[in-house]
Amino acid sequence: MQDSNQIINEVTSGDYKYGFVTDIAMEVIHKGLNEDIIRLISVKKKEPAWLLEFRLKAYRYWLTLEMPDWAHLKIPLINYQDISYYAAPKTKNTPKSLDEIDPELLKTFDKLGIPLEERKHLTGMAVDAVMDSVSVKTTFKEVLSEKGIIFSSFSEAVQHHPDLVQEYMGSVVSYRDNFFAALNSAVFSDGSFVYIPKGVHCPMELSTYFRINAANTGQFERTLIVADDESYVSYLEGCTAPMRDENQLHAAIVEIVAKEQAEVKYSTVQNWYPGDKEGKGGIYNFVTKRGLCKGKNSKISWTQVETGSAITWKYPSCILAGDNSAGEFYSVAVTNNYQQADTGTKMTHLGRNTKSLIVSKGISAGFSQNSYRGLVKISPKATGARNHSQCDSLLLSATCGAHTFPYADVRNETAIIEHEATTSKISEEQLFYCNQRGISTEEAVGLIVNGYAKEVMNKLPMEFAVEAQKLLTISLEGSVG
Amino acid sequence: MLEIKNLHAQVNGKKILNGINLSVRKGEIHAIMGPNGSGKSTLSSVLVGNPAFVVTEGHVVYEGKNLLELSPEDRSREGIFLSFQYPVEIPGVSMVNFMRAAVNEHRKYKGLEPVPATDFLKLMREKRSIVELDNKLAGRSVNEGFSGGEKKRNEIFQMAMLEPKLAILDETDSGLDIDALRIVAGGVNKLKTNENATIVITHYQRLLEYIKPDVVHVLYKGRIIKTAGPELALELEEKGYDWLKTED
Repeated sequence: MQDSNQIINEVTSGDYKYGFVTDIAMEVIHKGLNEDIIRLISVKKKEPAWLLEFRLKAYRYWLTLEMPDWAHLKIPLINYQDISYYAAPKTKNTPKSLDEIDPELLKTFDKLGIPLEERKHLTGMAVDAVMDSVSVKTTFKEVLSEKGIIFSSFSEAVQHHPDLVQEYMGSVVSYRDNFFAALNSAVFSDGSFVYIPKGVHCPMELSTYFRINAANTGQFERTLIVADDESYVSYLEGCTAPMRDENQLHAAIVEIVAKEQAEVKYSTVQNWYPGDKEGKGGIYNFVTKRGLCKGKNSKISWTQVETGSAITWKYPSCILAGDNSAGEFYSVAVTNNYQQADTGTKMTHLGRNTKSLIVSKGISAGFSQNSYRGLVKISPKATGARNHSQCDSLLLSATCGAHTFPYADVRNETAIIEHEATTSKISEEQLFYCNQRGISTEEAVGLIVNGYAKEVMNKLPMEFAVEAQKLLTISLEGSVG
Repeated sequence: MLEIKNLHAQVNGKKILNGINLSVRKGEIHAIMGPNGSGKSTLSSVLVGNPAFVVTEGHVVYEGKNLLELSPEDRSREGIFLSFQYPVEIPGVSMVNFMRAAVNEHRKYKGLEPVPATDFLKLMREKRSIVELDNKLAGRSVNEGFSGGEKKRNEIFQMAMLEPKLAILDETDSGLDIDALRIVAGGVNKLKTNENATIVITHYQRLLEYIKPDVVHVLYKGRIIKTAGPELALELEEKGYDWLKTED
């Protein structure tokens, strides 16, 4: 353990495996944010008039807002005029087949472990790959469409299924929801769209992989998932970005609608570039994710493994409107070095006999700050509502901070809500015990952290779980001395 | 196998070992006895490289290597095992994951491939039967919620899995009832060969009725003040330690 400083230096210096830049011709519009820019984005995406109107309304509303400052985060001033709001790999047309996609792009996603050639998929996962502002390729579209499932980039959905998009977009997260939601609604470029028809059990995992490549740009994507009555879908999201000295902004919106008896599982492994060990660079991740359990007996489950980003501001939430509907939130948030995370969930109980479960595991190391922020709201009509929250913090250094901000707002006396919280440290005795069995300190930390996070990791689809376990270990290597 | 020369060590600035000399050959069982505070546990901690203990003087040669230069994990991989007096609980880490990590680290050190999962589970089954631990063991978190006796049996189970050349049993008998003691000692005896060696650290003679030592040492104030055959243990049981202290 006397070499711990040396180990920390070795490991944290070359850690982030996804920090490369793809050298590809990009179309990047000039920096700045105004109505002309928004019109330009809309033209580039050949959008219908109603969508441009939506963007402009959002923009005008955004102008009246100030950045929220209630989170336990130190956010440097962001100059929104110094960002380019649209960057896309140059292509002539929408590629019809893989042959028409730039090989450099295919290589990029191969390198990230996301092959876009369907034959390479052994696991039965369909992928929508998004680079900067546009979707590069969506796999298995044809197979899925046989079942009536729509899985496409958001832009394509706007072209081909405008009615669905218009009906549901903004129905869960209004552009008036918050500062970043308004910003996203004004400038969003691409993302994924999913529609699962009535009674259909989606036969494979659907997945979007978000990649930021261009410098000085922000990524503002939207995802909209609509699960019709008695349908089921499991959806995964992964993210990485190159290592850069300057900070980059990512402000996304995810909306989920679950109708009667429908179930949606949404899993995220967020690994945006976290900045270097001195806290330089990294992604600012301001994301609004919300699911609406609209129908009776519907269920939405969020699982997130957050290891990346310099700053994370994110509260995947559920509105439990349908009677007997259920919301779940499973989270592992890891912060190391100078990362800051303020993450948690909001469970809003509106329907009768609605249930919610919150399991949050924070792991902090280095000089990082890691906060759980949660709200359980029981409305007057939500008779028989139940919530259980469990918030655990694991501290790996004496210089990090772990904070818990649980709020409860109960307006119905039949509600039962429970909150449990623990804080623990990895002790030197535990590490030495592992050492004595031949297990190095690094590996011991990995074992203990993965053991601690197991309850959440087990919720991830198999294909993701193994990667996520490795990621946890890598993110914390060298963090215990 | 193990050659300790003039070993001095301290913890928190307090001198505990004051010139230990000890030589252990393969195939031998050495018992180290002594009153509380004589330095027995410090000796075992120093041998396995516990960073809380600082060696101020002396040498330890193990299998031709300068032991004190090796990291704690390399000492383990070189075949030194400590059965802890107070085994540590590691919540969330299952025994199967813990042992697989340990066994595979040992194998990697020897240049061997990791054990395939099915072979590993078979190995665990085989070894846990030595100390009569049941099939729930694999899924339980390391030592968490184990009774005192289970913890000690779990130590010997781990010893069986790692097949050390030199096993150090630190007060393995403390807190055990007679049945658990019999199981633990039986396990140790089953693992004994002519190729390995054992150091049994104990306060009482009781354990030595089950694990027969070749040599018995008495440790007092950080030095070995008497070395003799197994009959010494019986004599200590009868007379206590005071008659030796006067010789000091």
